[in-house]
Amino acid sequence: MNANYDRPLFGYPVIDTQSLKLSIAGRTLVDRLEWQARPGECWCVIGRNGAGKTTLLRTLAGLHQPDGGRIRIDGRQLPEWSQLALARQRAFLPQAKSDAFGYRVIDTVLAARYSFHAGNRWESDSDHDAALAALLAMGVDGLAQRDVRTLSGGERQRVAIAAMLAQDSALMLLDEPANALDLAHQVSTMALLSRLCRERQKTVLMAVHDLNLVHGIATHALLLMGDGQWHAGPVAGVMTAELLGRCLGHPVELVQHHGRVLYVATPCA
Amino acid sequence: MDTPDKSAKMDGKNGGSGNNSGRGRAALIVGVLLVAALASVLLACVAGSVGVPVAELASGLAEILRGQPESLPAVLLELRLARALAAFATGASLALAGVMMQTLLRNPLADPYVLGVSSGASVGALAAMLLAGATWMVDAGAFCGAAAISLLLYLLARRDLRNGQAEGRAPLILLTGVILAAGCGALVTLMLSLAPDTSLRGMVFWLMGDLSGAQTAWLPWLVLLVVLAISLRQGRPINLLALHDDAAATLGVRVGALRKSLFVCATLLTASAVTSAGSIGFVGLIVPHGCRFAFGADHRVLLPVAMLAGGIFLVLADTLARTLLAPQQLPVGAVTALIGVPVFLLQLHQLHRK
Repeated sequence: MNANYDRPLFGYPVIDTQSLKLSIAGRTLVDRLEWQARPGECWCVIGRNGAGKTTLLRTLAGLHQPDGGRIRIDGRQLPEWSQLALARQRAFLPQAKSDAFGYRVIDTVLAARYSFHAGNRWESDSDHDAALAALLAMGVDGLAQRDVRTLSGGERQRVAIAAMLAQDSALMLLDEPANALDLAHQVSTMALLSRLCRERQKTVLMAVHDLNLVHGIATHALLLMGDGQWHAGPVAGVMTAELLGRCLGHPVELVQHHGRVLYVATPCA
Repeated sequence: MDTPDKSAKMDGKNGGSGNNSGRGRAALIVGVLLVAALASVLLACVAGSVGVPVAELASGLAEILRGQPESLPAVLLELRLARALAAFATGASLALAGVMMQTLLRNPLADPYVLGVSSGASVGALAAMLLAGATWMVDAGAFCGAAAISLLLYLLARRDLRNGQAEGRAPLILLTGVILAAGCGALVTLMLSLAPDTSLRGMVFWLMGDLSGAQTAWLPWLVLLVVLAISLRQGRPINLLALHDDAAATLGVRVGALRKSLFVCATLLTASAVTSAGSIGFVGLIVPHGCRFAFGADHRVLLPVAMLAGGIFLVLADTLARTLLAPQQLPVGAVTALIGVPVFLLQLHQLHRK
């Protein structure tokens, strides 16, 4: 397929894959994945432990080599991008990592602005403004001068998401963003991501475990069945009781509640 | 600093999150340390078993600059200046290498010797001594040993340098380095047990780290300044690597290239330092630690600051080693360890109480 394919003015895929194959230790996780996401779409990746959610996100971010197939970002093959140009295009939130050194919170957010003026030794005033705005958006502006090693897990996660906001890229890949967050912050973070998709035409792809949390937020879902099979599409078509039950290995019921759908695990007999 | 800085009110005593103030703070710290470096070298020139009066400092220096030191103070000054400059270059190299190694391994407990570079140098140097080689042969042996271990390490752990380490897995490069160091340690023990009594003392002094044989050499200074120039340009990407490990790639850093560059720079510095002064311990561990503790983890500040502080520390430690039991000279490595251990423990406990 030609890399320079004609792309329409609107709605061209921000990211797409062609027959992408992922495997780990000889086990196929994802087979022949044909998937694309467009501006304004909010995708959630659903699957059991070890189904390949993290591997898929890392591969799409360019941190892991796929076992076959190709990934294009903005119509260009992933290997053709320079790291710097790619950093302007997509951001990646890994699962919580340990901090080895005592950086201040503001430093970690400023680090995400590296791709804007990589040639400069010091960040510009606009970088500082963006970093402070991102901290404010996540409600952690009061922690700006704290040593990251003294933060709680939830605070650290919010700072990491703030860094991602400061990177201000079109595509955001998030590995379990709700991890370690309390209920209020889970909900507000999801609302923020949803708003970014709707109002600023960002594209979000996030791995999640809590189906109810993403309801009303995610527009699309990608189900990894764990054996290489996958299902992708709008939420209504994919997040059905039948498919979710097979995907998660446990029967799921969809319950109507005040006009919204709740996903309830069927109790064990 | 006339720009309106929104962060100013949150800055507190740390100061300098703003663009200009960050730069100004870095310049201030480096300036103060440069003055301190000069002072430490002058102190090393004046102090010793035979004192040089401060009043004769200027005339002595003038004699040296004319190229014909004749008076006693001038001769003493020349000897001590050469030794102080060698000490400064060695200490600065070790501290800079320590910062780089800690970032590369993302472990604040790493030091320049953890990967076995100095052990390789020990094997080379001791082998040269065993064969009763001249001083330059010992130096050459040390450098070849360090280079050989570095090359071996690079070949064995290439993949780790390129890809970074996966979370939770013991880093291949660290384990490889530790094992290579252990192998070299065995060779050193073997050579010590085979060595004739006459050369044993020299060997032990070399192993402890000793500056009495160090001459003014331009090579360590050249290595130091070249590496500093390279690393200063990479201050920001190095921060990202220290902060995010392989995820730094998603922020725009060419992680593989940066890791390789850090590895080469750190091993080169270590090899050059060990070649001129033997394996002096603790400088590469406590100086980076102390600087991080005092000035923060930003490598744009930390790299030059640790370099200067390392130089100052070793010049002072060497002066102490010369004067403490004068005219008897102590191996400076013993002095740095005796200072280093309590200082490090104190720091560690303060850090964990916070």
